Amino acid sequence: MVDKPITTTTTADTIAALKEKFPDAVSDDTRQGYSGVVIDKNKLVEVATALRDELGYDYLSSVTGVDYLGISDHMEVVYHAYRTSGGPALVFKAQTDRNESEIPSLTSVYPGADFQEREIWDLYGIRFNGHPNLKRILLWEGFDGHPMRKDWKEAYYEEEHKPFGSRWPAGYVHRSEERNAYGHNVKYPADLDLSRLNDTSEESLYSGMGLGVDVERLDDETKLKTDRLIVNLGPHHPSTHGVFRMVVTLDGETIEMLEPVMGYLHRNHEQIGERNTFLHNMPFTDRLDYISGMSNNLGYALAVEQLLARGARWQPPSYRAEVIRVLMVELTRIVNHYWAIGFFLNDLGAFFTPALYAIAEREKILDFFEATAGSRMMPNYMRFGGVFKDLPERIRGVANLLNDQVRDFNTMDYLTELINDRLPRSIDELDRLITESEIIKTRCIGVGYLPAEMAVAYSCAGPLLRASGVPYDVRRADPYSIYPELDFDVAVRYNGDLYDRYLIRLDEMRESIRILKQILPRLEATQGQSVFGPSQHTPRVPVGESYGRVENPKGELGYYVVSNGIGEEATKGPQNPWRYHVRAPSFINLTALGAMCKGHKVADVVAILGSIDIVLGETDR
Amino acid sequence: MSELQLRDLHSTEFPVPGELQDNLAITSLSKIYNWARRESMWPLLFGLACCAIEMIATAASRYDLSRFGMEVMRGSPRQSDLMIVSGTVTKKMVVPIVRLYNQMPEPKYVMAMGACASGGGPFKEGYNVVSGIDKYLPVDVYVPGCPPTPQSLLYGLISLQKKIDGQSLANMDDVPWYGVAPSEPTPIPVLGPDIIDPRQMDLIRQQAERAAAGLPYGVRELPKVIPVAPKKPSAPKPAAAPAAAVEVDPAKAERLAKREAALARKRVAEGGAPAPEEASEEAAVPAQVPAAAAPATSVEPTAPGKFDKAAMLEKIRARKANK
Ligand code: SF4
Repeated sequence: MVDKPITTTTTADTIAALKEKFPDAVSDDTRQGYSGVVIDKNKLVEVATALRDELGYDYLSSVTGVDYLGISDHMEVVYHAYRTSGGPALVFKAQTDRNESEIPSLTSVYPGADFQEREIWDLYGIRFNGHPNLKRILLWEGFDGHPMRKDWKEAYYEEEHKPFGSRWPAGYVHRSEERNAYGHNVKYPADLDLSRLNDTSEESLYSGMGLGVDVERLDDETKLKTDRLIVNLGPHHPSTHGVFRMVVTLDGETIEMLEPVMGYLHRNHEQIGERNTFLHNMPFTDRLDYISGMSNNLGYALAVEQLLARGARWQPPSYRAEVIRVLMVELTRIVNHYWAIGFFLNDLGAFFTPALYAIAEREKILDFFEATAGSRMMPNYMRFGGVFKDLPERIRGVANLLNDQVRDFNTMDYLTELINDRLPRSIDELDRLITESEIIKTRCIGVGYLPAEMAVAYSCAGPLLRASGVPYDVRRADPYSIYPELDFDVAVRYNGDLYDRYLIRLDEMRESIRILKQILPRLEATQGQSVFGPSQHTPRVPVGESYGRVENPKGELGYYVVSNGIGEEATKGPQNPWRYHVRAPSFINLTALGAMCKGHKVADVVAILGSIDIVLGETDR
Repeated sequence: MSELQLRDLHSTEFPVPGELQDNLAITSLSKIYNWARRESMWPLLFGLACCAIEMIATAASRYDLSRFGMEVMRGSPRQSDLMIVSGTVTKKMVVPIVRLYNQMPEPKYVMAMGACASGGGPFKEGYNVVSGIDKYLPVDVYVPGCPPTPQSLLYGLISLQKKIDGQSLANMDDVPWYGVAPSEPTPIPVLGPDIIDPRQMDLIRQQAERAAAGLPYGVRELPKVIPVAPKKPSAPKPAAAPAAAVEVDPAKAERLAKREAALARKRVAEGGAPAPEEASEEAAVPAQVPAAAAPATSVEPTAPGKFDKAAMLEKIRARKANK
């Protein structure tokens, strides 16, 4: 949302313009394999403001921290900013000392940095000056240490990197529980004082929520006989789509303030990812957004492929591999939107019946995934340089059922029928059953309004952003794979309310069908081509950083991967990522939740949350 | 039951259909209890992670959980009988989970669905992950898989039903909730610098003392590795195990022998020569007997009451040696 015309077009131009404006604060990142600029942290806010207002980088996609202990002994915060009009990223970094790590907060410029900065504070212990609410976000207040720091060791620590040494060195299996005196995955600081132990995590949560106000005095001020009340929704709540929690302050039944509380599914994806080898992470990505495993795979494959492409022995994926990737990813989008629509209606109170309709066809797609990748939900299918296996000749009844006939289909026939007939029919059915329903319209239209400027400012992505009238889709804005040659439209709606967020999912499913119809002849034509280049089990990945992003069903999924190491690894290229960060759309989309809910009723909160379509595996990682 | 109570039963307001009035059915109280419980096992509507998606898929139309009377997922722990722990249990989440478990009325069951709930799964090493819900709650059924397919979840639920069938009201070890006193709630873990299980307070204190004394703490000495002795060919131990197995079940050996004989007769009746027997593990066929004579010898232990242990042992040894 820029007023002045943007004069610079390419990233190089932008960097030049920045350097001209801030000659002593901006310098090139000259490390091998790195790009972008390093900004003096004292000037960070000014530079960012200029970037946003003058150079058009209005969308801050990802903020993350990196700890370079042992390499250059500093910490770094990495920002990826984009223009909502499209184009590649501008990467800028701010560096700080490890001991007294402080960096100014960018929440005043990009409100979307809010949760991400809190996450960095939680995991890295970098303090963001000026952040309005710098509390732990994934762990609890009172946790000992900042676990993503390279010198922090978990209770079950074995070695720095996988593959670990043998766990049964001489015929004895050494399980991690047995090495731990408590038999649990715990460790306590040496100076633990049990007598002074108290759980402060809840208290700090409620601070700032208006707890402990004098009700009588309030009555004086507002002349209203309503009590101010704090209500917890979750973490065990049927409509939070998992273990998500919202603390809301109510005035009567109206939401005054809402604070999302997460981390109940924080399973240390990123830290485990840094111990893993590059390929090890592939199955872990399945478990991020566990409804759309295939597209998570693609994003990670793209990020590592960017790095591998700088090496000598690199072969890009074959055309057939790309076709199969797009096939899988678009089918996943349909699966996800079925799920999202079904459970959105659940949240509106239509308990489970619409969901049954919505996820019926999903099973058909999952059968195809199971026959191809071996698992219904966790495919672990993509590889660096292709996919791990070609489509099977036939789809058999792998998951045969008691009351099902033995199934045996030709794969291409199966797909053709699915794409040309079954899926469009069931999408139309959903449309017919739901769209014109009076109840749905009354509950949805005008509720949870998110204006376009706010959606951009809060770094919202995916259907949430596009339903607010911003036609931003990574498949078009920063194309990857074979999307440039495919004919499809970016679905966009303009009202930014619940109803439009529901409609846009239907639109996107229809666009996906359109893409899939173009994929079918390509699949036929490429039959027989190989789908996987030279074996890449534990590749040495050239040193550098990369950011791979895809348009996941829930929004922009990005992987920030740093390949670096100490000593020999820095020259030969390491086998394990130094930093592996996931820009999770579900997590960042939640930044806007509080703003969207304000002024609505409690019952609407549930529906608004449902319309964002979060999945906790990705939110908490 | 005294007479008076019986009469009360007869004069109940509850209408008994005519065709049932003249009937008398005898069963045990445990059976009725178990039957009622197993057919209306209401799970807590409670999803943790990826496994929950498969749980929902199991409840949906294709796999149809309602065939087992389990489709009534309850949002409130007060109304549910079964907690399906479907996903990764994190330290932050285990606190509410234990609280929910304490709120469930007895009888209650816990199922660990998937690798994570059973033992930490792929994320076990993570600093915020609990290595399986059984560190805090008693688990009745473990369902392996990551995620378990709907079929395996169903199998787990059927196994739970079987388990319930085997429970008896008389046995308090089996089902603590039929005891006189109310059962103790599970202590709720505390979020300190790391999660603290109140049952481990003493242990933690001990370790803290070690830490204060400058000793290594928090780690356990690994057991000294005992080199595995090479297997002696004629060690008495391997022979003892099968002997014990045979000893407990002479009837089985006899049954098997009879079956062998019947099979052989059938083969003869079909016109072929008696086929050589494969030395099946349980079949009591002595190895030194020519194969053709197998039918005759396999009925050898004619006196069912007397079981010659020494002879059987000898046979087994001979067979082992032959192999
Ligand atoms: S067992 Fe696998 S599928 Fe289930 S919660 Fe754990 S990671 Fe997810």
